[in-house]
Amino acid sequence: MATQRNQARLWIAVLALAALVTGGLHAQSGVTADRLVNAAREPQNWLTYSGGYFSQRYSTLSQIDVTNVKNLELKWMYQGAVAGGWQTTPLVVDGVMYITQRPNDVLALDAKTGRAYWTYQHVPSPEARVCCGSNNRGLGILGNTLFLATLDGQLVALDATNGRPLWRVQVADPKAGYSYTLAPLVVKDAVIVGVGGGEYGIRGYITAHDAKTGKERWRFYTVPGPGEPGHETWRACPPNPSSFCDPDAWKHGGGSIWLTGSYDPVANLTYWGVGNAGPDWSADQRPGDNLYTDSVVALDADTGKLRWHYQFTPHDRYDYDAVQIAVLADINWNGGPVKAMLWANRNGNFYVLDRITGRFLMGKPFVKANWLRGFDEKGRPDQTPQPAGAPTWPGNQGGTNWYSPSFSPHTGLFYIPAWEDYATIFAGTPVEYREGQQFGGNASRPFVAVPGAPTVSNQRPSPVNNWTTAAGRGSVIAIDPETGARKWTYNMTDVTKAGILTTASDLLFTGSNEGHFQAIDARTGALLWKASLGGQIASGPVTFQVDGKQYVSVVSGLSLATFALRD
Amino acid sequence: MRSLIACVSQATTVAFMLTVGAASSGAQDHTADYARADIEYGSRIYAAQCSTCHLPSGDGIAGVNLRSGRFRHGSTDQDLTRIVTTGIPQTAMPPFSFTAAEVTGIVAYLRNMNAFDPAAVKAGDARRGQELFEGKGGCTTCHRVNGRGPHVAPDLSDVGAVRSAGSLERSLIDPSSQMMPINRPVRVVTRDGKIINGRRLNEDTFSVQLIDSEQHLLSFAKTDLRELTILTTSPMPSFKDAFNADEMADVVTYLLSLKGL
Repeated sequence: MATQRNQARLWIAVLALAALVTGGLHAQSGVTADRLVNAAREPQNWLTYSGGYFSQRYSTLSQIDVTNVKNLELKWMYQGAVAGGWQTTPLVVDGVMYITQRPNDVLALDAKTGRAYWTYQHVPSPEARVCCGSNNRGLGILGNTLFLATLDGQLVALDATNGRPLWRVQVADPKAGYSYTLAPLVVKDAVIVGVGGGEYGIRGYITAHDAKTGKERWRFYTVPGPGEPGHETWRACPPNPSSFCDPDAWKHGGGSIWLTGSYDPVANLTYWGVGNAGPDWSADQRPGDNLYTDSVVALDADTGKLRWHYQFTPHDRYDYDAVQIAVLADINWNGGPVKAMLWANRNGNFYVLDRITGRFLMGKPFVKANWLRGFDEKGRPDQTPQPAGAPTWPGNQGGTNWYSPSFSPHTGLFYIPAWEDYATIFAGTPVEYREGQQFGGNASRPFVAVPGAPTVSNQRPSPVNNWTTAAGRGSVIAIDPETGARKWTYNMTDVTKAGILTTASDLLFTGSNEGHFQAIDARTGALLWKASLGGQIASGPVTFQVDGKQYVSVVSGLSLATFALRD
Repeated sequence: MRSLIACVSQATTVAFMLTVGAASSGAQDHTADYARADIEYGSRIYAAQCSTCHLPSGDGIAGVNLRSGRFRHGSTDQDLTRIVTTGIPQTAMPPFSFTAAEVTGIVAYLRNMNAFDPAAVKAGDARRGQELFEGKGGCTTCHRVNGRGPHVAPDLSDVGAVRSAGSLERSLIDPSSQMMPINRPVRVVTRDGKIINGRRLNEDTFSVQLIDSEQHLLSFAKTDLRELTILTTSPMPSFKDAFNADEMADVVTYLLSLKGL
């Protein structure tokens, strides 16, 4: 007995020493801020929502290429336990994958086999209300701490080794319709998040928190208050006494944040796409441009001060949220280099902006768009609202939406998951604000090319696809960012909510509503390989490498499938 | 034939359960059936949460005498757990959101109100317990609490919510007896001879996941291993002789205070 106890004590001493010497060092480092800045140097990992601060969703891994992609095979699948499709993008750190599943669960999986190390369950408050499902899009990481933003307005830090909560702060009020669906952005020693709830009359904001404690450091309201620049764009009532006008429109003016911001470490600027104005369709009751809704805002990472903004859709009548990813790229422009921001907007236009100054360089429709006829030199759109009862292109879901695009420095092309030739007949109705209630002002109806034809829906319970190209179609569009010219199009029958991944071997991975996961030649748009996964693909694929083998993972329905080349 | 056997078996089980229920419904001394630490812990929760209405004597509500060991709305420990956590409709008895450890303690105390004298108990002190945990006991050499300490042994941040007082005390005296099977120590030897010691986190037919002594999360295909040994002996030493009775109570009280975030 004594011997056994001595052995046990000896073992403890050995374990403890090992923990202090090596484990301790490992625990201290983890994913440092420098590693996040230089994420492109470790393509074996996927360290942020979009794969890196520039949000290109481009990987230099090239083991899988155009010649062997046909040899991909399913290596493992993780099936979620909660009904409803996922929109999450996994993180992969040194062989461990971290994912979220509905509503706010977090799992650590072995990236090679999909077997779980631990799970964490956050049960959102019954007061949480979200317009469009219990969606969560992923996590942020710093050191050995994961960051989760929850549907009931909390920011939670988790120990990445065992999934235990380290701190939890209540940031937003779920009763009033505030929620989080995004993966937090980690910059230096701060965690930055923005609230959702654009259909509930929120006043949106972005907050930065101390990564060690959760304490709030700064807050930027996406709808400026009295005395702040931009507040004048919420004009006083009544400009038109014959229609309903809300004198306090700015207080519930929307401006939600759906997605992780991008970051330029040299300029120290974070970039955020801001959602629709509230109410979505009853624009007359909020006269003015309604800043900073439907805009990109460039915020100082340390202070949250606004450096510049660009509004894609002033005084939005169409629910054209600017909730897309700001893709940062250094490209040629008029014969010289420019630090650019590439943006495919829900309003159907592709934009190139100078990301340091915010200067408008180009705007050009990438799908049919009849709500504008062009831009002035500062980039303000010349709007052409359609007559009552007439269809507007693109339709309510947009020419694209929150689905991640990709930029490949290798091909120089920008790739957009698009909805083409799809329209809506818009007609807003006045709506009075009530806390926590839907605040859309909705009398819009879908336009269909064939009278009586089915219309698009976010949730499609039937396996029979009633969305056909008669009413529009999904596609992947490749655009030359220097000209805005379309280089190729890959067409799908159904529309798509899938993000895009490109690789240095000129592969483009994407999915579809139809449940197909496909590999496309990024140079030509030719289909190279596909697998039918059976569930809608509504997030972006990622790629990573473990023990010398490249993997590609994608979420389909409520499952995550991981592929690699046959052994 | 098979269904007949199943029927007989089921009937026997029901009869056995009824017998057990009847036996536990009387006003008998149950001290031997419940851990003393649970009874003590339950007495403290009772004093804080229940005695306002039921009084320390247990007969504060007309027609109800908890000390009698007979309960009008149930007889089994499961019944008592249900009553405490969901309340009794149409009466003044409200639901309480106690942790599993707290409910275990309350039930243990209710079963022993007659034989147990709370006044004779010297309550443990959580602050002293924490000092012992971090100092003399050396527990933070392996255990992690609220984000501090290594991951070598299980994280104890919420152990006071999920383990009863009795289980915690037994853990300190005889660690192996309370070690959850999923937490068992693992030793693997890979095909190329590499030896890895760790703690099991997950296992299936073809693979095993563990955290090694360097706090790495590792997963192995069993076909890649020359040896896989799951040990049933906890590496944690017994504190039976290291702590005296007061110190033991202090440490248990500290552990019970760890409810997680």
